[in-house]
Amino acid sequence: MTAILDVRKLDTRFAAPDGEVHAVNDVSFHIDPGESVGVVGESGSGKTQIFLSIMGLLAKNGRVGGSVRYRGKEILGLPPRELNRIRGVTMSMIFQDPMTSLNPYLRISRQMTEVLVEHKGMHEAGARRRSIELLDRVGIPSAKARFDLYPHEFSGGMRQRVMIAMALLCEPDLLIADEPTTALDVTIQAQILELMADLKRDFGTAIIMITHDLGVVAGLCDRVMVMYAGRVVETGSVRDIFYRPQHPYTLGLLRSMPRIDKHGATQLTAIPGQPPNLQALPPGCVYQERCPFAFERCQADVPALRSIAAGEGPGKERAKACHLERLEEEVPA
Amino acid sequence: MLSYALRRVVTAIPTLFVIITIAFFMMRLAPGGPFDSDRALPPEIERNIQAAYDLDKPLVEQYLIYLGRILKGDFGPSLKIRDFSVGELIASGAPASMELGFSAIVLALIIGVSFGTLAALRQNSATDFSVMSVSMIGIAVPNFVMAPLLSLVIGVYLDLLPTSGWGSGELRYKILPVIALALPQIAYVARLTRGSMVEVLHSNFVRTARAKGLRERLVVVRHALKGAIMPVVSYLGPATAAVMTGSVVIETIFGVPGIGTYFVNAALNRDYPLVMGVIIIYAVLIMLLNLLVDLLYAVLDPKVRYS
Repeated sequence: MTAILDVRKLDTRFAAPDGEVHAVNDVSFHIDPGESVGVVGESGSGKTQIFLSIMGLLAKNGRVGGSVRYRGKEILGLPPRELNRIRGVTMSMIFQDPMTSLNPYLRISRQMTEVLVEHKGMHEAGARRRSIELLDRVGIPSAKARFDLYPHEFSGGMRQRVMIAMALLCEPDLLIADEPTTALDVTIQAQILELMADLKRDFGTAIIMITHDLGVVAGLCDRVMVMYAGRVVETGSVRDIFYRPQHPYTLGLLRSMPRIDKHGATQLTAIPGQPPNLQALPPGCVYQERCPFAFERCQADVPALRSIAAGEGPGKERAKACHLERLEEEVPA
Repeated sequence: MLSYALRRVVTAIPTLFVIITIAFFMMRLAPGGPFDSDRALPPEIERNIQAAYDLDKPLVEQYLIYLGRILKGDFGPSLKIRDFSVGELIASGAPASMELGFSAIVLALIIGVSFGTLAALRQNSATDFSVMSVSMIGIAVPNFVMAPLLSLVIGVYLDLLPTSGWGSGELRYKILPVIALALPQIAYVARLTRGSMVEVLHSNFVRTARAKGLRERLVVVRHALKGAIMPVVSYLGPATAAVMTGSVVIETIFGVPGIGTYFVNAALNRDYPLVMGVIIIYAVLIMLLNLLVDLLYAVLDPKVRYS
């Protein structure tokens, strides 16, 4: 099976007055058709910037290096005209804040139909029909009647549904969701996640779920990529990552998460310290300053992402960027 | 929206009353009078003239007489331009002034928005810096300097266009005054557009438009421009006021037979009714245009609704 997306040695840098910001460092991964991959990490870990780089949506001061192949074709550095045959068509992205991600000056109808008119050469009438169908599909009640409303006449959850419908208009084979539930109420979050799980099943769309919420990952994803300071520190199946983390950062993340299945008051363990300054990354491992297992080698060599013993489930590759041979600590079960 | 507009018109009446009152008394505070001249008139003639125009009555009484006339829609006679009423003079000067002002605003919008957008799209490039520095000059140089300069260079040295007059309304007479009047507005609109365009181009919804794979032209014209134009729309109110005051200077320099020229001459000659008439016309126009701008806002921004 060929990967939809094959990313090699991606580097994203931002020019700043006081030095370059190394937002994404040497990131490699691939996405297979129909799978859903969670990308987790705290704010500033570079998880969003990876995908903005891929979509050609970086801020003007950003520079990308490395290689991104979409269905075997190199797309990094393509001129916008050629990139526009892919983005919004077979590779879509939805964003964190549905309140500001829709154009407040244009009707929902215009914002949706323009995609079909632009990419599929459809007529306005056909584009309207198809758009309303999709709004129905993502659970907008009486979609037809609300089609010509403006974004401010929708609630946050409804707007995110509109965003999702808009991203699915051309039936993409890859949907990148950048924290789609972060700005929503918890109950709405659950509805949106359920919707995405449905869509993944019905459309066979591969989903990349960028989030800092491990719960979201557990509910929706097959695989997880854990990011720290612009690097991938560990990848594996959801089960392996959650039950047998092999990177000290992943372990720290899991220990700092409140759990509903624990009775009584359990102490949450915070990870001490701060993520490193992306303008002056330390030599060696990016996590060394906060890692309870760090030893001399961690200060000298950058640990490469290397395959480790396969975990549970067939074909689930497992890799980590850590010098430790084995992490014996368990997440308290 | 209609009831909102009506409410605004009604609330404009007290404002207009205050303007009339202040203008009336301020004008009378200025020394001199309409019938002063180098050669003194015989006292009895001067007395007769003063009496004919009620100028011998106490100021407050004159004010009340004037208000009474205005309520009947009568601006009174001009004191200096014999046999013409102020209403007739304004009607004769209005077409030229309106054309001048309207052309200047339209020109400012078209050129200002285009250059501002261009500068924003090429932020921090040579284009951006040149548009911004030229427009800085446009804002900084006052029109009473710019207008004679234009007239001197284009009209006299290059001999391309007439330096003054209105001819019988041919285009070549209008070009220089319209440009001189529009320049500071072009500059202002360009800077305003650039600023808001830069902001909108960084907004989330423009990122969404790009993520949808839309052509750059659609992203800019359909998605960005509508939001970026809003500050320019709000500026239209002050812009018309600036164009009106600017036209007073420009009309005088280029010898345009408009209201502005009458206004300046009337003020110098103490032609009280004519000054008042022009002030009232200007005030009404500015208030009307501000209302129009507010209504336009509701048309452009779906979140703004008046009830």
